[in-house]
Amino acid sequence: MSAGRILVGKELLESWRTLRLPVVGGLFLLVGLSSPLLARFLPEIIEAAAGDQLPVLPIPAPVAADAVGQLWKNLAQFGAFAAIVLAMGAVATERDRGTAAFILSKGVGRDAFIAAKLVALGAVLAICVALAVAVGWLYTAILFVPLPVAGWLALAILAWLDLAAWAAITFLGSTVTGSTAAASGLGFGALIVLSIAAAIPNVGAFMPGGLAAPAIGLAAGTPVDVGDVMKPVIATLVLIVVAVGAAAWSFRRQEL
Amino acid sequence: MTGPAPSTVACRGLTKRFGGSGGVLAVDGLDLDVPAGSVFGLLGPNGAGKTTTLRLLVGLARPTAGVVTVDGAPVAPDGARGRVGIGVLDQDPRYYGWMAGHELVELAGRLQGLAAAQARARAIETLGLVGLAEAAKRRIGGYSGGMRQRLGIAQALVARPRLLILDEPVSSLDPEGRRDLLELIADLRASATVIFATHLLADVERICDRVAIIASGRLVTEGPLEALLARYALPLYRIEPEAGQAAAVGRLATTLRSVPWVDGVIEVPAGLVVSVTDEAAASSGLLPLVVQADLRLTAFERVRPSLEDVFLRLVGRGEAAA
Repeated sequence: MSAGRILVGKELLESWRTLRLPVVGGLFLLVGLSSPLLARFLPEIIEAAAGDQLPVLPIPAPVAADAVGQLWKNLAQFGAFAAIVLAMGAVATERDRGTAAFILSKGVGRDAFIAAKLVALGAVLAICVALAVAVGWLYTAILFVPLPVAGWLALAILAWLDLAAWAAITFLGSTVTGSTAAASGLGFGALIVLSIAAAIPNVGAFMPGGLAAPAIGLAAGTPVDVGDVMKPVIATLVLIVVAVGAAAWSFRRQEL
Repeated sequence: MTGPAPSTVACRGLTKRFGGSGGVLAVDGLDLDVPAGSVFGLLGPNGAGKTTTLRLLVGLARPTAGVVTVDGAPVAPDGARGRVGIGVLDQDPRYYGWMAGHELVELAGRLQGLAAAQARARAIETLGLVGLAEAAKRRIGGYSGGMRQRLGIAQALVARPRLLILDEPVSSLDPEGRRDLLELIADLRASATVIFATHLLADVERICDRVAIIASGRLVTEGPLEALLARYALPLYRIEPEAGQAAAVGRLATTLRSVPWVDGVIEVPAGLVVSVTDEAAASSGLLPLVVQADLRLTAFERVRPSLEDVFLRLVGRGEAAA
């Protein structure tokens, strides 16, 4: 078995033993569970909370697409936060503890070390997103109507891609600076800046935030133009590849 | 423990400067040859450049100039293949606290090419050798400093390396543990080359065949231990007076310091230690001087110079030159 595979196994075991995977996975499960519930019962909640104070405004009856929109919103916000937290110590902590030197002194290449961390990080995010989306689909089916599974699969892939972008930028910060604080700063900074940029017409489609509309459309079963999907997908993939490539390039040149 | 043929290690003009051209020169043009199958002591005071030298040997740091070769092949910072067959123990070993001891040793074995079952068997065997068999299933987070150091030796040995690089390997151990592990390291000389950095002279004297003394990043001297002792250690005499003669001892020390064949006089709690440059003159002239000082003695003897005497003499000289 290659060193890379052994290291991926070690990373996943570490995620489990240090409770990162169970805790974050549990929170994603809650996100998947609560989003359709919130979409379904929000009008009742508002009515109950406001009582007679509520102006006589018609609140539209919730539909399945609202559950999808709510799920995406929660995933994009909470999920991005989780992705940054999961990635910020990936390399910085190992350098700081001296465990990176332990691994690399065993004949493991630096690219293999970085690749194993990225694969494991991607796998943890994939498990978490899959949990949220699976439970979200189930509750949407119970509370509204069953929506096409293929569309939800596309939603899961696009949500994973969105979160992978924030994880990759934070991972770059963790590798280059060797500091978890600086890495999280870079991750959250990028999240804020790129989220603002996503609101700019014609620019938003080329940001990770541009994944929202096609993802929601696909999951809700509404027609989506292929170009509307591909533009943010390609832009996000480029962002991930650049961040990961820069992290690997930087790590190859570092002294441990 | 048997393994592949031991390695030879060579450094030529090895230099490491931290922080650019005006930065700290940690290793300065080091030339070293470590013969295959030897236990090679790298000796120096704190900050001498021992750890940086070892990190350059392993490829964890990039030399500013010079080259390191293991079995004739240059060591590059990402020379992953070249590092297979090299066991490394860091000065302050820190491992994954969430892992059990046997899991870490298995991981080290598997990363160096052992199959899963083989790594498991070797991990159990090696943990037994370093006295950690009972703690093998405990989490490393709960290990003491001494246990972490034993674990470090186990992970370095598990793949039966042809070259072992150990940085202060027994510094956290109690005397019994120190003795056991030094014996274990000494027994490896048949199957591996061991480079052993330390500032503990007694450990070097106990197990090393050859010694390099470095100070301020420079090689002060290098050679077989006995040759260094013969070459650099001056004859020593120990004069131990009866109690209550402090004034007379002080007068004798002053007198001796003015004698041409006396190199130095050290006042110790038990009396005086006198190093001499001319052994013949000292053997006939020292005792009469003690008698003239009217000292009552409990002991007067010629003592075997130790590595500590050589070290203090050479490192002191090196620092003065720097």
